[in-house]
Amino acid sequence: MEASSPLPSLRGVRDLLDSGEGTSVGIVNEALERADALDEALGAFTGMRAEGALEDAAAADARRAAGRTLSPLDGVPVAIKDNMVMEGEPTSCASRILEGFVSPYTSTVVERLRSRGAVIVGRTNLDEFAMGSSTEHSCFRPTSNPWDLDRAPGGSSGGSAVAVASRIVPAALGSDTGGSIRQPASHCGVVGMKPTYGRVSRWGLVAFASSLDQIGVFTRDAGDAALLLEAIAGHDPADSTSLREPVPRFSEELTGDISDLVIGLPREYFLDEGVDPGVLAAVRDGVSVLERAGAKVREVSLPHTRFAVATYYLIATAEASSNLARYDGVRYGRRAASATDLSQMYFLSRSEGFGEEVKRRIMLGTYVLSAGYYDAYYRKAQQVRALVLDDFQKAFDECDVIATPTCPETAFRLGEKTGDPLSMYLGDIYTVSANLAGIPGISVPCGMAGGLPAGLQLLGGPLQEATLLRAADVFQRLTSHHTAVPTAI
Amino acid sequence: MAVLARLSLTDAEVERLSTELEAILDYVETLEEVDTTDVRPMSHVLPLATPLREDRAAAPLDPQAAVVNAPESAGSAFVVPRVIDGEEEG
Amino acid sequence: MDYEVVIGLEVHTQLRTESKLFSPAPVSYGEEPNHSVHPVCLALPGVLPVLNGQAVELAIRAALATHCEIHPYSVFARKNYFYPDLPKGYQISQYEEPLATGGWIDIELGEGLTKRVRLTRIHMEEDAGKSIHDSEITGGHATHVDLNRAGIPLLEIVSEPDLRSPAEAAAYLRTLRSILRYVDVTDADMEKGHFRCDANISLREPGTSEFGTRTELKNLNSFRFVEEALHAEIDRQGELLDDGVAVQQATMAFDASSQRTRVLRLKEDADDYRYFPDPDLIPLQIDLADIDRVRDELPELPEDRRARFREQYALSDDEAVQLTASRASAEFFEAAVVTQGSAKPIAKWMLRDLAQVLGQLEIGIEDVVLTPDQFAALVGLVEEGRVTPKSARELLPELVERGGDPTALASERGLEAVTDSGVLEGVVDQVIADHPEDVERYRAGEGKVLNFLMGQVMRRTEGKADPGAVRDLLSRRLS
Ligand SMILES: [Mg+2]
Ligand SMILES: [Zn+2]
Repeated sequence: MEASSPLPSLRGVRDLLDSGEGTSVGIVNEALERADALDEALGAFTGMRAEGALEDAAAADARRAAGRTLSPLDGVPVAIKDNMVMEGEPTSCASRILEGFVSPYTSTVVERLRSRGAVIVGRTNLDEFAMGSSTEHSCFRPTSNPWDLDRAPGGSSGGSAVAVASRIVPAALGSDTGGSIRQPASHCGVVGMKPTYGRVSRWGLVAFASSLDQIGVFTRDAGDAALLLEAIAGHDPADSTSLREPVPRFSEELTGDISDLVIGLPREYFLDEGVDPGVLAAVRDGVSVLERAGAKVREVSLPHTRFAVATYYLIATAEASSNLARYDGVRYGRRAASATDLSQMYFLSRSEGFGEEVKRRIMLGTYVLSAGYYDAYYRKAQQVRALVLDDFQKAFDECDVIATPTCPETAFRLGEKTGDPLSMYLGDIYTVSANLAGIPGISVPCGMAGGLPAGLQLLGGPLQEATLLRAADVFQRLTSHHTAVPTAI
Repeated sequence: MAVLARLSLTDAEVERLSTELEAILDYVETLEEVDTTDVRPMSHVLPLATPLREDRAAAPLDPQAAVVNAPESAGSAFVVPRVIDGEEEG
Repeated sequence: MDYEVVIGLEVHTQLRTESKLFSPAPVSYGEEPNHSVHPVCLALPGVLPVLNGQAVELAIRAALATHCEIHPYSVFARKNYFYPDLPKGYQISQYEEPLATGGWIDIELGEGLTKRVRLTRIHMEEDAGKSIHDSEITGGHATHVDLNRAGIPLLEIVSEPDLRSPAEAAAYLRTLRSILRYVDVTDADMEKGHFRCDANISLREPGTSEFGTRTELKNLNSFRFVEEALHAEIDRQGELLDDGVAVQQATMAFDASSQRTRVLRLKEDADDYRYFPDPDLIPLQIDLADIDRVRDELPELPEDRRARFREQYALSDDEAVQLTASRASAEFFEAAVVTQGSAKPIAKWMLRDLAQVLGQLEIGIEDVVLTPDQFAALVGLVEEGRVTPKSARELLPELVERGGDPTALASERGLEAVTDSGVLEGVVDQVIADHPEDVERYRAGEGKVLNFLMGQVMRRTEGKADPGAVRDLLSRRLS
């Protein structure tokens, strides 16, 4: 299948461009060719932006020739998850209900990437409206894991994870509501980072669960993640939940030294039951690498962890049921052809337009908000959410970084869990708490278990992205898991 | 519930969904174990107040761009099947 | 049987802002469909709301002007329901934790009677779009949706069930509207639907303290409608109760042509709005310092101004009420008094002659070009006898529309009073000579003939003579 050449990392591409060994047009062409060659097998993309990307690349080359390069991202191909809008381009959210939709405006993240010269080459596949943990719930097709095409890449940002793991693009954006960046990063053997809630603007990110959604990055290593994140982060007046805090130059904080850090291992995340022993071993090895690099390790406790998944599903589905009410076939998207009256327009358009998982979540969310159930479910979940945050605040009094497995197991087979939504949801057990608490998290490849990648998750206090990136960078300087190329492509 | 959510489900879907939702709701019942007396519900993790925007009008969207994605439009208006008198409004 | 009527009103008024409540789209009126929209108003995928600070400022002002307690912490919630002109599938409103609660306003019931009406709450919310059903536009088989109005900031003001008659309800609405316009919160233009009202109404036997079952009358868009609709609904409920039939809780509409109310829907199939705090917006927090600042900047309220006018300018109750009915009118009056010095004639000329001209031209006092200075000058000319009242009334419409110096205009039009006694005596003598029989009758004791002779003098001077002076002169000559 190796008909095209793998793309270098983000800094690798930058070096080629800086040295004059490559041009942006050349590199973007390679990315497009590689997508062409591999994507039939992978299904990582919902659409390429070939023409626009080549124009942007030519402009980047012209800037470089004139000595006016905009940033380290100038001329670098980047893919975006197909739930971030860009003027003049379709946005599908992998849903039939957005059939034919072309956005008349641009998301802040895309605006920022483009203002720094990055070239958007395509849109990546996802679980419909980012609801899922496998990228199987796409109206187009499931995405395959490049380590084993019969397995799911994880999700919902599976397309972005696969595009980076398969070396089609050096970097991609994803969104993470309950682990949707970190989990597929773990399953595909790449770095995936979810920043602090509010760090990256959500303007133009199609909402799943507004209080949990956060845009983040996929790259091969922490150094690249730092460059990409510093390009997209920062205050945006168009998003009321955007933080005003200044954004550090993350790429300049990678000192290689973590001797000042205390790593906390939450007792509840290292129970032997429920975790694949291979994954647990790889994660423990990873922690010992950090310890050898000078970090102190101690045990901490996050007692409400076992309630996090239930809390998450109540809050996320409640918000989603309301966020998805706008898909009614009036102003855009699909309207059922057979609808002859108003009521049919609603019922048929939405029933035909939404897939199974989305309907399941809308139903659950509608239920938990409905009169008589609100207090027992939604309000209760919000209270437990406060306790989850409380756990983290106490833990971060005792440590700087919390280390956990990203997922309890490696990539599962396509179709394996679609019949059992609850077991799929439980795969998010280690990732959802960070969304509930709004804290940053990163997943770093930490070895293989049964021939498939495992991920080490590092969590930090609010706004501690720099610390996480520094620790992940040190880890990657001392290990080579992230250089392993997927075996199935 | 399906009516509130404006979803029409087939009998098979209803059956499957209710089993699944029941399982999920059973699982969610575990939250009852958590003592939340005096815990203030947290709708947001941000320790902020909502920011205020200056009252300045931006240029409106081009009216054609506003309706270009619409399944049906007439001039610059969206068109929906006739709303029958008495059909409920908020 | 005579029942006691219990009414509570919910008013929605449009806040005076340039842009919408959560979107930077301009606030407009009468535009073509979807010409004042932004991605936020269309609820495009990925858009987010950001709260308009001026709307908050205006809401605080309204709450202070109605003696409410303003909450330093309030929450925007989503009210979820499906309707074609509700683009997001939810309305952002305040629900459990509103901006303000517990105020009151005093309403005048005539003959010096006032009544205090308590307010339950005041909150901010966004308006929905407009559904156009008119078959001349839609061709009959469809409904058109225009989202220009979607997202316009509204203030919802809910009263306690303190009102006891349609007349009280109307007085409450007039007073509330006047207060809100005074503090510049809203134009409250009723034709444009800027001031809309829903009414909750129930009947009970006099002397009982429990409330009867209430119905809600929706969308009463004029003061007259409110009164008519309430009367119709009182009749309907009264007849049911007389027949021993229970009133059912329902949402009602009023049909003006038949003067009847009808059930839109019964409450048992009421919506479940699934309210919850909007996760795209963090709670609104208001500093006490900001509340104090707005309070300091608040203009004098109508009730205070009314009392002051009575005292300071020795006006009657009626004059004070009328002059303070709008802030523009009160300010015009005071500015004119500053120039002219005496309040009474200014009040008379404003309430009688100026009001008449405004009525004829169908404009408000805020639309006149005439400045208070110029108006005061005109009244001054009359007071000094330099222009007759008749001439002043003749000059007024032009001054109202174009403004200008009344003295110059009077001389340009040759409308200065004939004050030259030589000229006036000549005319009087002429009239006496031309009407010998009438002079005879007067001298024989028919006093009212004097008026006829006066009329003759006025005609010959084209109304420019000072009537007082003419009367004096005539009586002197004829005695
Ligand atoms: Mg209401
Ligand atoms: Zn309202």
